[in-house]
Amino acid sequence: MTHGNDTGNKQLMEKYLGLAQPDDGIMCEYIWIDGTGEGIRSKCRTVYEEPKKPTDCPIWNFDGSSTYQAEGSNSDMYLYPCAIFSDPFRGGKNKLVLCEVFKYNKKPAETNRRKSCNEVMERAKATVPWFGIEQEYTLLDYDGHPFGWPKNGFPGPQGPYYCGVGANKVYGRDIVEAHYRACLYAGVQIAGCNAEVMPAQWEFQVGPCEGIKMGDHLWIARYILHRVAEDFGIVVTLDPKPMEGDWNGAGAHCNYSTEAMRNDGGVKEIEKAIEKLSKHHVRHIKAYDPREGKDNERRLTGHHETSSIHDFSAGVANRGSSIRIPRQVAEDGKGYLEDRRPSSNCDPYAVTEVLVRTTVLDE
Amino acid sequence: MTSRVVSGETDKSVMQRYMTLPQSSDAVMVEYFWIDGTGEGVRSKGRTLSTEPKKPEDCPVWNFDGSSTYQSEGTNSDMYLVPVALFRDPFRLGNNKLVLCEVLKYNKVPAETNNRHTCVKVMEKIKSTKPWFGIEQEYSLMDGDGYPLGWPKNGYPGPQGPYYCGVGSNKVFGRDIVEAHYRACLYAGVKICGCNAEVMPAQWEFQVGPCEGIEMGDHLWAARYLLHRVAEDFGVVITLDPKPISGNWNGAGAHTNYSTEAMRKPGGLAIMEEAITKLSKKHDEHIRAYDPNQGADNSRRLTGRHETSSIKDFSAGVANRGASIRIPRQVAEDGYGYLEDRRPSSNCDPYSVTEIIIRTTLLDDLPLCSC
Repeated sequence: MTHGNDTGNKQLMEKYLGLAQPDDGIMCEYIWIDGTGEGIRSKCRTVYEEPKKPTDCPIWNFDGSSTYQAEGSNSDMYLYPCAIFSDPFRGGKNKLVLCEVFKYNKKPAETNRRKSCNEVMERAKATVPWFGIEQEYTLLDYDGHPFGWPKNGFPGPQGPYYCGVGANKVYGRDIVEAHYRACLYAGVQIAGCNAEVMPAQWEFQVGPCEGIKMGDHLWIARYILHRVAEDFGIVVTLDPKPMEGDWNGAGAHCNYSTEAMRNDGGVKEIEKAIEKLSKHHVRHIKAYDPREGKDNERRLTGHHETSSIHDFSAGVANRGSSIRIPRQVAEDGKGYLEDRRPSSNCDPYAVTEVLVRTTVLDE
Repeated sequence: MTSRVVSGETDKSVMQRYMTLPQSSDAVMVEYFWIDGTGEGVRSKGRTLSTEPKKPEDCPVWNFDGSSTYQSEGTNSDMYLVPVALFRDPFRLGNNKLVLCEVLKYNKVPAETNNRHTCVKVMEKIKSTKPWFGIEQEYSLMDGDGYPLGWPKNGYPGPQGPYYCGVGSNKVFGRDIVEAHYRACLYAGVKICGCNAEVMPAQWEFQVGPCEGIEMGDHLWAARYLLHRVAEDFGVVITLDPKPISGNWNGAGAHTNYSTEAMRKPGGLAIMEEAITKLSKKHDEHIRAYDPNQGADNSRRLTGRHETSSIKDFSAGVANRGASIRIPRQVAEDGYGYLEDRRPSSNCDPYSVTEIIIRTTLLDDLPLCSC
């Protein structure tokens, strides 16, 4: 079970992690999105007072030529803290700090989708938009094969694994449990989790989050996921179709509502929103993965509980359509809609921004 | 020690650090669990609630994708989870909970494998008779390759004889899982009343009871969920198949002990004999209710050998393990007590079993739709 980068002795670590830490020596891990639009990077600095809000943390910088973000000749990029969370790995007063990336000329980096998302959320804030994202992901062993799958082979066909229990039904539950506890501790709005249809595939949900918080909380939840799995010597992939063939892909279904949709009679607002969404299918598909739809093409086939990437469709309780209206919502006459198109490796800032632009700002 | 086949093993000591992170009191994890479309599989998923539930009704009605659990089509897949019984969570500890749920279809009609729905109505109807149940759940431990735990690969252990209630590493396999499960059940609030090693090596039994009415089904399903989940932690697989290894190896049952208040009082033996007479007239209906496949599973087990009765005949006797109904020797001596129905399969639905026993012995010929 141990391999190249697993130093094995976690007990030894405990001795050091248990050392008393001075009040004026707080560790802050700055976290950002790299040039791929889906990878996460981080580095640490000591601060001399416990930060209570993001602006208490100094603006920092890093070498963008090492993260696919800049040329070597002009590589400094800025990190602007925008959200802080408690650090579940270091404990105490230590923090995780989510940052926006800016270029040397103070313009947002190409993969900094937060800046425009924040502006849109500000403009739409009277509608009180809420989001909940269902983040699916797959666990891989260090050789790249799904964790728990027989080497050079495949498990039995899908059917018994979704929400399963038992050592022949689910693989890697320890990581899921550890991640959930770490997120709760950090202050991430984690709302639930379950085993998914493909074995070694899991899902957690973050929300309900208002406005910009959806992107912030989901990115930190992703950082924590990669970091927890790293402790176990296991790899997390957010690839939307990690295994070809009769195996489910992974999505990031985005649940969305405005205050009007949540009030009595809201189903009319939901239908209006769906009407608008139906006219912008291509624009949304482009925003729903970091490669303008190329990643999602492998996943949105119309099979395995997906809609086809080519068509827009909507339906009550229909898991084969682009937009699903939950059965309970149809009965209550109000609630929210579920956009099932976003890929598991989408940028939640891009997804939430385009949903608000289309349905609220009419842009 | 024989070699093990474990898929997906992870380091439990790493987990410890995370599981001891402080959890604030306004973030309680509740794991909803339910019976899937096979009638014997269990599924679960978790959610965060902002206050600690004290009774099942404190947990909101939820829903899930029934097309992924053999319970609905993809085009109309939402199904409802209605919490009915709450337990403490022995894996996550603290204020965290496990909640057993009934499944309803999109139109609020009970799902096909939701046998609790009619059982609870029947139990309500006859509650003044105070029916008590105790079920002896047998099961087998399997390694990751589907072969019994501890058995030599490509071979067999010595013949049955030394294993029942045995002690010693050549007599019993997997005791750690049994011990861990017992403690988990006690912590959770499940009415586990005993356990023992069984006749086939790697086969075990635990007993849940005495439970009154609907509680029997609720507590047995919770105990089964805990069993699968504990074994998962050990990388071992539980099977409730009634005949996991064919040949000269015992099958697995879920003997159901049953009594009403009248049977438990002096002179109760006469009431028990009346009940047995009624049971003798409904053998086929009971067999159909005693496994999830209308008797097909049990037909591999109830052969008349290996301490079973034949599936074709009904019989009853004092201290007779080859009979359909056994009256324990002590009960015959005291003149009151309970009877043991030895027919239910290990993978039976306890709701179906307890309901039909009540219908036959207390409700006479009341048709199903009258409840």
